[in-house]
Amino acid sequence: MSPGRERPYPDEPAERFERPPISFTDADGRPVELYAYEGRREGTDSRDRSPPSGPSPESDGAFAPEDAFAALVAMYVDFDPADRAQGIPPPGEERIREWLDRILGGGQDVIAVVDGRAVGHATLVPDGKGAAELAIFVLHTHQGAGIGSRLIAALLGQGQQEGVERVWLTVERWNGVAIALYHKVGFETCGTDSFEIEMSIRLS
Amino acid sequence: MKVLLGIGGEDGALDRAIEEAARIGDDLTVAVVDSPEGDAATEELERYVRDLVASVGVGAQIRRVPGHGGSRLVEMAEQEGFDRLVLDGGARSPLGKVEIDEIAEFVLLNSRTSVTIVR
Repeated sequence: MSPGRERPYPDEPAERFERPPISFTDADGRPVELYAYEGRREGTDSRDRSPPSGPSPESDGAFAPEDAFAALVAMYVDFDPADRAQGIPPPGEERIREWLDRILGGGQDVIAVVDGRAVGHATLVPDGKGAAELAIFVLHTHQGAGIGSRLIAALLGQGQQEGVERVWLTVERWNGVAIALYHKVGFETCGTDSFEIEMSIRLS
Repeated sequence: MKVLLGIGGEDGALDRAIEEAARIGDDLTVAVVDSPEGDAATEELERYVRDLVASVGVGAQIRRVPGHGGSRLVEMAEQEGFDRLVLDGGARSPLGKVEIDEIAEFVLLNSRTSVTIVR
């Protein structure tokens, strides 16, 4: 975006989205769990997790933070290079770890888990101007089964819960599948004059 | 080799772009084009570039190039016989996505001179 221009947002806020944890079965019949990423706690053994703070029994099954970071690294190592967009995820485990260290924990993150493996990740990263940038990744082995739409809705629900008001993203002009997904969930195109298409949504 | 480094902002990795441009060519010109944020920002950018070129320690002629950044760079490269156009491609979004600004897009699509994007 040109630095001198304010990014427009839709006037009307989007619907309320359900926030994680969420369980569903994807179009290929696989059970999928969506978890909010709760931060990386160095030195915490995943088998020695604290008891859930609330009465909700669902939180007991939550992905432990240590597992989540390692699971995300493993997912991005397996990522099909053809699915990379605008330089992310970066290639190679070391750069993947550096990138995840930089973006995780500062905003909101939701992970899609199938059989204990991360197969999807959606993230909101604060842009320092009161809004957040969104990106979503689904492993090529699990694309086309509806995981992306559930994952992005859950992330927006998490964002609403955490008080995020405005979200934007950029997407490559030729990526029709992604653009359709963003439209479906309520994003509107707000800029086509740069190399990528820009889209935005108002959460509240 | 005669190299033209075009600069329209300081979001990326300008020091690396200057070093790389100086490594590619022995005759370096740095063109500071209009900042989209206005005249004051362009003057500030030019001062910043002069300081940075001095601190990186390379010899370069530094020129202010007013007008439409992308087209002026393409025009200047052709008319003055530059062998290579170099741009700083280090700008990243908060999420880490590579950002291609309007100047870089225009130059990539319109330049007949070979272009190097420095990462």
